[in-house]
Amino acid sequence: MIVSHDLGVWLAALLTLFIFSFLYRDNPLYKFAEHLFVGVSAGYYVVINYWTVIDSNLIQPLRAAFGGHPEGGPWHASLGDYRGWLVLPGILGVLLLTRMIGRISWASRWALAVIIGVYAGLKTTGFAQGDLVAQVQASLNPLLIPGDLWASFNALLFTVGLLSSLLYFFYSREHRGALGWTSKIGIWFLMVSFGAGYGYTVMSRVSLLIGRFQFLFEDWLHLR
Amino acid sequence: MNWRSLEKLDRRWLFLAMALLVAGPLLWPVGLPIVVSSPVQRFHDAIAAVPDGSPVLVPCDFDPGSRPELIPMMKTVLRQLFDKKCRPIVTCLWPGGPALVDQTLESVADEYRARGVPLESGVDYLDLGYKSGNEAVMVLMGQGIARAFPRDLRGRETRSLPILRDVGDYSSIPLLVSISGGYPGTKEWVQQVNARFHLPMVSGCTAVSAPEYYPYLQSGQLRGLLGGMAGAAEYEKLRGEKGSATRGMDAQSLAHVFIALCIVLGNVVQWRRGTGGRS
Amino acid sequence: MKREIPLFLTAVIGAVMVLGFFMPHPWISVPADFLQQSAVIVVAFGYVLGGANLLRVHLEAISRRERDWPYRIVLVAGLLGTVSVGLFVDGPGFQAQGARTMWIYNNIYAPMNATMFSLLAFFIASAAFRAFRIRTIEAGLLAVAALVVMLGRVPLGDFLARPLTDHAWVPAWLREAPLGTIQQWIMDVPQNAAKRAILIGAAMGVMATGLRVILGIERAYLGGGE
Repeated sequence: MIVSHDLGVWLAALLTLFIFSFLYRDNPLYKFAEHLFVGVSAGYYVVINYWTVIDSNLIQPLRAAFGGHPEGGPWHASLGDYRGWLVLPGILGVLLLTRMIGRISWASRWALAVIIGVYAGLKTTGFAQGDLVAQVQASLNPLLIPGDLWASFNALLFTVGLLSSLLYFFYSREHRGALGWTSKIGIWFLMVSFGAGYGYTVMSRVSLLIGRFQFLFEDWLHLR
Repeated sequence: MNWRSLEKLDRRWLFLAMALLVAGPLLWPVGLPIVVSSPVQRFHDAIAAVPDGSPVLVPCDFDPGSRPELIPMMKTVLRQLFDKKCRPIVTCLWPGGPALVDQTLESVADEYRARGVPLESGVDYLDLGYKSGNEAVMVLMGQGIARAFPRDLRGRETRSLPILRDVGDYSSIPLLVSISGGYPGTKEWVQQVNARFHLPMVSGCTAVSAPEYYPYLQSGQLRGLLGGMAGAAEYEKLRGEKGSATRGMDAQSLAHVFIALCIVLGNVVQWRRGTGGRS
Repeated sequence: MKREIPLFLTAVIGAVMVLGFFMPHPWISVPADFLQQSAVIVVAFGYVLGGANLLRVHLEAISRRERDWPYRIVLVAGLLGTVSVGLFVDGPGFQAQGARTMWIYNNIYAPMNATMFSLLAFFIASAAFRAFRIRTIEAGLLAVAALVVMLGRVPLGDFLARPLTDHAWVPAWLREAPLGTIQQWIMDVPQNAAKRAILIGAAMGVMATGLRVILGIERAYLGGGE
């Protein structure tokens, strides 16, 4: 058996085993790996956000606007080219950091307001167009498909499932009588859906374990 | 059988069984036959229908946590695109992912270069790397890809790259292949880009998110779907490859059967306690 | 002032973003585009804030010798080490092949990230044995769907089921992948119907919340204080 001679692969394998040791019980090796992971992750996120966003989308364009004598001057803006105006998000970014300083932490709300406003707008229209309109539109299908009994049955079943599940989420009236038994059917469909979701979740989790074992067997121990 | 001892079974025995059942087939594979499902076939066909030589947007939104599920499909997607002389433009909206995504892209490009196909970064493919901002980035790219990504992963100015000369915004791209590990991912690309800019889409995603994307598949917002490692293995079969997803399917099978048995056995134990326990 | 200005900003910006979806006129699309550029930048500062906050919390805990303080030193060292290498040693080329940050990424961050999530495979097995109780019709439906989908999605499930369906009276389309075919039907019809209902319901919820935020009714994001 020829194991890996790469120091990095050994480190990765050991840290993998440290984390797996939690399955036996909580222990210092796991705690060490856990804390190292949180620290390194946070550090890496800071680095990647600094160089690929703060530097590339803010500092470099500002430098070009004020240092490069661009045509039209530093404050001339057009769609996609905001030059000196990028100072504004820069200031907002710095204001966000005031959250760390108790007395002036209220200033971070300005930056937060911009983020919340942008995402409230984007999400409202995105969900309206992408989910609500498109999904309702896709549900308006013929129930009877001539010459295809199986497809007709499925179309009918789908519609019953959709409507009854929707009615289950209708809380403005007590679920009694017709609404009661319809929402009961809705629960059955929802349960099938949660069951299917469970099956797929199992698949995901097992895949991740397979991936780690493939790393240990192939990259570290060179067993295959 | 002593049901009481089963009821009090230390869960570490289950952990051990799970580990052995996954490890065994990886070391001694059987190669169970894989049957291709229709969402996977549709995924493959949607990419096959893209005109040869087109630029194709491939957002790879995941991090190493989804590596075993998504890296195999990403590799096969890139191979299918390179075979068609298509030019993949790769992005990543997860801070933990770009390095892994870039290494995968380069490893597939290296395969082609080793075969004498002179693929060049910035000409035949492009890695734009990471950008924070999730949905905001998706919509920004609609006004111009270079505006959202002034520099690529290697720090080059994107405006000057040959690959983006004829690619301004989404209108010059015939297909978006979202490889998605969760949020932000396929759902957000559907909402912000498919819905707003009408860019056709397919998705390869983790198994956890696959059921949530089925309504998009039925509505035609997605033209194909690969769900998890099983989806990746079926896609590999369609392309005649034997990648890590195919190699993992025996282990995946045994683990699923084991968990099914756990559910059944757990209930039998409970049922015995409720009825047999009293007698 | 400390609350009114942010509320006003959110309302105006949210309205511009919504209008930007419907009106491609430059008076709307240019500010909307600028706001998105700004959001991208401010969110990146959010990550820096997250890192700084983590550092502060753990440095304080170390100075007070709180529980697990030696491990917190590991955390702080990991954070400061990665940031120093990425910002000062590697610089903008931190993602280049051979950069030290990539060594940290490949051999520390990536394997641990993947392993953390893989632990769940073990806990899902244990939960299946201990917590998956079938006591009602609803739970029964959930279990049957889970079992069929779980087994139908992998080759071994079909391999085991095939002898049961290998008869002349079973339709040919069911014979090759019996469980796989039923699994696909569950995904396409009953689960899809319920998922669509959830999707539509959630969409209405998000839209309502979005409008409440834009109109200033929802203010929780401002936190407490004046």
